[in-house]
Amino acid sequence: MPEISRDEVAHLANLARIDLSDDELDHLAPQLSVILESVASISGVAGDDIPPTSHALPLTNVFREDVVRPSLTPEQALSGAPAVDEQRFSVPRILGEEA
Amino acid sequence: MTLIHRTAAELADALAAGETTSVELTQAHLDRIAAVDGAVHAFLHVDAEGALAQAAESDARRAAGTLLSALDGVPIAVKDVLATEGLPTTCGSKILEGWIPPYDATVVSKLKAAGLPILGKTNMDEFAMGSSTEHSAYGATHNPWDLDRIPGGSGGGSAAAVAAFEAPLAIGTDTGGSIRQPGAVTGTVGVKPTYGGVSRYGLVALANSLDQAGPVTRTVLDSALLHEVIGGHDPMDSTSIDQPIPDLVAAAKQGAVGDLTGVRIGVISELAGDGWQPGVMTRFQESVDLLVKAGAEVVEVSCPNFVHAMAAYYLILPAEASSNLAKFDAMRYGLRVWPEGKPDASAEEVMRATRDAGFGDEVKRRIILGTYALSSGYYDAYYGQAQKVRTLIARDFEAAFEQADVLVSPTAPTTAFKLGEKLDDPIAMYLNDLATIPANLAGVPGISVPSGLAEEDGLPAGFQILAPALADDRCYRVGAALEAALVAQWGGPLLDKAPALEGASA
Amino acid sequence: MTDTLVAFDDVLAAYDPALGLEVHVELNTNTKMFCGCPAVFGGEPNTQVCPTCLGLPGAMPVVNAKAIESAIRIGLALNCEIAEWCRFARKNYFYPDMPKNFQTSQYDEPIAFEGYLDVEVDGETFRVEIERAHMEEDTGKSLHVGGATGRIHGADHSLVDYNRAGIPLIEIVTKPIQGMGEKAPAVARAYVSQLRDVILALGVSEARMDQGNLRADVNLSLAPKGSGVLGTRTETKNVNSFRSVERAVRYEMQRHAGILDAGGSILQETRHWHEDTGITTSGREKSDADDYRYFPEPDLVPVAPSREWVEELRGTLPENPLLKRARLQGDWGYTDLEMRDVVAAGAVGLIEETVAAGASPQAARKWWLSDLGRRANDAGLDITDLEVTPAQVAAVQALVDSGTLNDKLARQVFDGLLAGEGTPEEIVAARGLAVVSDEGALSAAVDAAIAANPDVAGKIRDGKVAAAGALIGAVMKEMRGQADAGRVRELVLEKLS
Repeated sequence: MPEISRDEVAHLANLARIDLSDDELDHLAPQLSVILESVASISGVAGDDIPPTSHALPLTNVFREDVVRPSLTPEQALSGAPAVDEQRFSVPRILGEEA
Repeated sequence: MTLIHRTAAELADALAAGETTSVELTQAHLDRIAAVDGAVHAFLHVDAEGALAQAAESDARRAAGTLLSALDGVPIAVKDVLATEGLPTTCGSKILEGWIPPYDATVVSKLKAAGLPILGKTNMDEFAMGSSTEHSAYGATHNPWDLDRIPGGSGGGSAAAVAAFEAPLAIGTDTGGSIRQPGAVTGTVGVKPTYGGVSRYGLVALANSLDQAGPVTRTVLDSALLHEVIGGHDPMDSTSIDQPIPDLVAAAKQGAVGDLTGVRIGVISELAGDGWQPGVMTRFQESVDLLVKAGAEVVEVSCPNFVHAMAAYYLILPAEASSNLAKFDAMRYGLRVWPEGKPDASAEEVMRATRDAGFGDEVKRRIILGTYALSSGYYDAYYGQAQKVRTLIARDFEAAFEQADVLVSPTAPTTAFKLGEKLDDPIAMYLNDLATIPANLAGVPGISVPSGLAEEDGLPAGFQILAPALADDRCYRVGAALEAALVAQWGGPLLDKAPALEGASA
Repeated sequence: MTDTLVAFDDVLAAYDPALGLEVHVELNTNTKMFCGCPAVFGGEPNTQVCPTCLGLPGAMPVVNAKAIESAIRIGLALNCEIAEWCRFARKNYFYPDMPKNFQTSQYDEPIAFEGYLDVEVDGETFRVEIERAHMEEDTGKSLHVGGATGRIHGADHSLVDYNRAGIPLIEIVTKPIQGMGEKAPAVARAYVSQLRDVILALGVSEARMDQGNLRADVNLSLAPKGSGVLGTRTETKNVNSFRSVERAVRYEMQRHAGILDAGGSILQETRHWHEDTGITTSGREKSDADDYRYFPEPDLVPVAPSREWVEELRGTLPENPLLKRARLQGDWGYTDLEMRDVVAAGAVGLIEETVAAGASPQAARKWWLSDLGRRANDAGLDITDLEVTPAQVAAVQALVDSGTLNDKLARQVFDGLLAGEGTPEEIVAARGLAVVSDEGALSAAVDAAIAANPDVAGKIRDGKVAAAGALIGAVMKEMRGQADAGRVRELVLEKLS
């Protein structure tokens, strides 16, 4: 039976950039285990000979001509931004590697 | 009959006959919203000014003889998951509170191009995750049949708005049943078109490979009229089907005549049994009998892999959703929350704090689940398997459609349950979509038509009709035939039996 | 912390280097990879964005047909197989300059795979095997405000411009390249340089490293000599010139050896190349953050290029670079040594264009290799990144041929070109550089020089023509270089015969 530990949920939340509180972790981990248990039945249902389906309909080669379309105005583009400076999206300091 | 109780087709006729104006009937619906939406809470945002302005333009077009479509002037409500330029679009989430898109979804553009005034945006489970509309960050919608009960979900707002006569038409979206199941539990009609039949451009994706927008109405004919307005190819959506949609209005009219001679109806044996409410099954059998009476031939078909549909769905959906929802990160739009006591927090810390504060429990559950299903080491066992099961389900459909022209089942296993009853039991909640999910996995179209009231609780049940991809017209033909037979039997539309709501409070 | 570097020869005595190169090519399509926004460089911030490339909720991607065509042509030019069916995939990771927090890329189904590029180093040919070439989209650009200028560390906040987000990129990945020994740095440089020639010949990108149209990540590992295994690799980013590619490989070889010699082990990590100091520093360790959770992009349908289309595109390919080089050497009459220098300098394309613009092959080689090559080297630039075009070089040479300029003045015109002072003609006019062709003035200057240097004049009269140089020099000095030295010589010899 698949079980998902509290630590594993914390790790996944970290990957998904969600700051779960201890209470949330306590609450979510058992629920996720139950859900996972119910979907685990799927393993082994389809053999190697069954191709996966990623798209509901078998369309291919849908392309667009390389022709410019109007962009948004900068005002429109920035209209929803929490903070704007110098016609750019102002975001908190970025950690990590130097760009 | 008052204006608001008429069907969209009747309203279009009344407008054509000069019996009313778009402004008058738009105002009538705004008045109804003002009167009952406090109790129902179908709307997250009402745009009275915009709707009336669009109605006035429609009236001017009518006077000038330059109508845009058969539904020009008939107002509509739009699920809050579709981008509307200049109108708030929240997807029922705190994380998008106050976001006003700078563009229209293609469906919305088509509604505007067809002259339908937009009354407002309807409530939904947060990012369409749920089957009860209780997961809306802005409070639940109440079922007009019993305000203590759920209106279904995720599109409970659109279904309730139509059931409560707050709008003659609405747009819903259906990822695993979010149009059809609310239709079933509110006694309304809901259609999930063939995947790719209606543009998804501007539809805030839950699970891209499953999502499909469609009509929410009170009659089959109204759905056909609306479907023809919103359907068709869109170059902005790569998964949009580049061929004309079938003549759906003609199919609905043909069905309403009541002759189904030569039509083979397949009853899916896997979608019945334990856990199915007896009253729902009684209404289902009654509908099947009525179809036989109309000349249809009934066969029992087996779709053995449907038992795995739920599991496949709850892996594919969270996987796609976990990636789709990554864009809500406090950088470009929507909520930005700083971690407490950290004014110098980094972008990453702000992302984490915002996503914790802005997403509700169900969204977090599914993001974590989807992150798990896609992570290295688990992909093959979960996401990979789910996609293979998807192939098996599509093959089940293929085989079944060799034996039958349409497949039928009850839309949902039960009637509307009490608000709060399943809120903290995800699995019980997920089971509501048992019958609707397979169509999304295979991309085939489906309709839910009211089948009457369950004896044990007097609440509406739904009858689901599924057709092969691109054969949406079959849903309309059989649906309209069933609707005609049932309305004749009831002596009027099912919604005549719903409570009046005036003066009600939640 | 200072890294311990082992002398290059000592590295080679103990270890075999293996290289892997990942090159990103920014295509020169009119529009972005998945939307109709212009894919041009340098617009006002956030003016070339739409719901799709801004990652607004609800927006969807549609593939640019021209980008697919360019990707296939690049694949074919690199002798790759072209996929019969492939899909885009989402690469999931969070970064503020990536609007959707996933990059639409390709994962295990690249559009092109299993190819090679033969590169020439000092007359020897190395076959670099190509693992794959796949399509993806570029990110936005962040400006870091506060703290040290432009650096992430210590910044108060960042400002993001998404104009670049969604510009089509082709990522070309080699298989591990082994068996190069001491030539590893030169092979790396030659590969990137000759790959650029291919890209330019295809016309699918501006391919300027200094502008980021062409970006190279250098993977390097060392293995004990003769072991035949692959060691732990580091991936060095921010390598923005051919020269830096060579230097970064050399540096990493020396650094790895320092660690290994001391009994340490190499950390698999991203490193950053610093052009100014010529060293690499640690970026970040490869970690669980690299669980990219790839899955097929559900909003895009599979790409299945028909074989007819692929063959049609094969028909549009430019000449094979190696054969072309041999042909050009013949056409230009260069010796093997001259041609080798031209190839090593990455100047084949430049000379070809200069000759096409009217200059003689020898003149073109002279300017690009001796004069401009030295300037590029002094500035730490690749010759292709100099702000001088082949057409301008040809124009300068035309002025020399017509006698308007001499070589010395021509060099001053190049100074002007590099300083952005306008066209060669404008610079000649503005700087007053034209050779004095007023015979009277020239004759007077020669007479003055003869009068001032009677001893020298006497030697010339006695037949010691070689002494003329001193007089010519005096005249040129008097004329501040603006005289045709050939004409001065003629006048000197005439007057003293």
